[in-house]
Amino acid sequence: MNMRQQVIEGFRQSPFALAACAVTAIIILSAIFAPWLAPQNPYDLAALEIMDNRAAPGHVGVDGMRYLLGTDGQGRDVLSAMLYGLRTSLGVGVLAGLIAIAVGTALGLLAAYFGGWVDALVMRIVDLMLGFPTILVALILLAILGQGTDKVIIALVLVQWSYFARTVRGTALAERQKEYVEAARSLGLSHRRVVFRHLLPNCLPPVIVVGTIQIANAISIEATLSFLGLGVPITEPSLGLLIANGYQYLLSGLYWISVYPGLLLLVTIFSINIVGDRLREILNPRLQR
Amino acid sequence: MTVFIVRRLLQSLAVLLVMSVIVFAGVFAIGNPVDILVPPDATQADRAASIEALGLDKPLLTQYGRFLANAAQGDLGTSFIYNQPSIDLILSRMPATMELAICAMVLAIFLGIPLGMAAGMKPDSMFDRSVMTGSILGFSLPNFWQGMMLIMIFAVFLGWLPSGGRGETGVILGIETSLATWDGIRHLILPALNLALFKLALVVRLARSGTREAMLQDYVKFARAKGLKRRRIVGVHVLKNIMLPIITVVGMEFGSLIAFAVVTETIFSWPGMGKLIIDSINVLDRPVIVAYLMVIVVMFIVINLLVDLLYSVVDPRVRLQDAR
Repeated sequence: MNMRQQVIEGFRQSPFALAACAVTAIIILSAIFAPWLAPQNPYDLAALEIMDNRAAPGHVGVDGMRYLLGTDGQGRDVLSAMLYGLRTSLGVGVLAGLIAIAVGTALGLLAAYFGGWVDALVMRIVDLMLGFPTILVALILLAILGQGTDKVIIALVLVQWSYFARTVRGTALAERQKEYVEAARSLGLSHRRVVFRHLLPNCLPPVIVVGTIQIANAISIEATLSFLGLGVPITEPSLGLLIANGYQYLLSGLYWISVYPGLLLLVTIFSINIVGDRLREILNPRLQR
Repeated sequence: MTVFIVRRLLQSLAVLLVMSVIVFAGVFAIGNPVDILVPPDATQADRAASIEALGLDKPLLTQYGRFLANAAQGDLGTSFIYNQPSIDLILSRMPATMELAICAMVLAIFLGIPLGMAAGMKPDSMFDRSVMTGSILGFSLPNFWQGMMLIMIFAVFLGWLPSGGRGETGVILGIETSLATWDGIRHLILPALNLALFKLALVVRLARSGTREAMLQDYVKFARAKGLKRRRIVGVHVLKNIMLPIITVVGMEFGSLIAFAVVTETIFSWPGMGKLIIDSINVLDRPVIVAYLMVIVVMFIVINLLVDLLYSVVDPRVRLQDAR
């Protein structure tokens, strides 16, 4: 049974994980198609009706528009803002996750394949990075780099690559001992070919597992940073920033402005985590979180 | 033992030095603090005077050299905003953060171990499953979101507890603490709970898996055969054996509690170091950012050292040496 069949079979056996998969898919699709799904363009100031500000969920506005999840302080439709926010949150999380996977996997492979001082150097940096809590490192990096979506992505990559490097190095060290690597080398193939064509594909399953969970983490960290006011700029608010903006209204009982974006964030992170958990069980039952 | 401690301290000093270079150089690159500190309508002469007073006109290397020389004497610069030594500023906020972190840790341990042990004794029971699902949820919920929900439920809708601030403090054994007054305790409950939830999920998992493993061991069977009471077997023999991983993780996690306190303190307007650092980042108060980082690095080094030492006390089989 190849890997793909194994994964499909594994998900088929768990209805809960299958449901989480479906939810994740819906969330990703809504993020991609947000401009077509959203009832309003939340960034278009001309479309906002200030008369409808802070309207409760279900309110029908002056121009006959129904606000399913209410409006915020500027009369912006909360549902539309959420869909656009989801786009930013997922975009940042997935992009940062993919770059971190590429960087971490490459460095982990190099460390394992060449050993010696390369290995020592890479792993020492990894140890240093993992010794500090991610949120703290990200916070400091943003204090140093300044703010902006690109800076957030850089900070997330710098925080997360070490997880992949450690995972890949562990797997690659075990794989390197196997005959196929020896065979490839004795055929006289170049280092690059051995590493990327032979070693890499066999190290991928744990990377997929850690990757899924780290993307959920990246989304969570980005939300936290944005909540603290250090993340994405106000012009393209992510879910975290929407929650922060609604926070001031929460204390006066206008719960919908931050609670609905919060629920969406929660469902997103939770379902990605469930999918990741299931993948781990299928691909590598022994892998530690 | 002494050799081990000395070598660890030397290593730590090196880490500290590296961190100070990275942080200083990095923080310098953010922008020009003069723009923030000097009012826009100030005259050119006023600007020049402030730049000189703050030492911002010197080359980067000179600034760093001066910073390092001063740091060795315990002087990490003067806050641009508060105009007092940044290290004093951090240290004056530290008790509030420590109080929060310690209360959170105590909550996590005293709720987490019994819950995890109870779940581990009856694997796959209804109770076990709900505890485990709860802990996955605990991992998934972003910290700030939990805090907001706590405020919404207990402060806004139910009105039982205050939504923020530290409340009245009193003095116990010469330490100023919220635990001394009823008002202070009421203010402490929600933030401590918020900070504890994540670690609670972790402790529950550790205690559960440890108990599951321990219950199958021969010494438990032997204790049972000897006719010991269940409470004694679980409360003494099993507990002792699952403590090792819990102590290690709890020790390591204490540092991350202090880091996460940044989030909790911001949500609950708790006047600790975390709130100070966020405010300082927003106004680019460099000396405070640098001092905070140095204090945090020192704390991490001390915590890691203590955990290693404690480890050897709890399990005499562990030899103290460099792992790497």
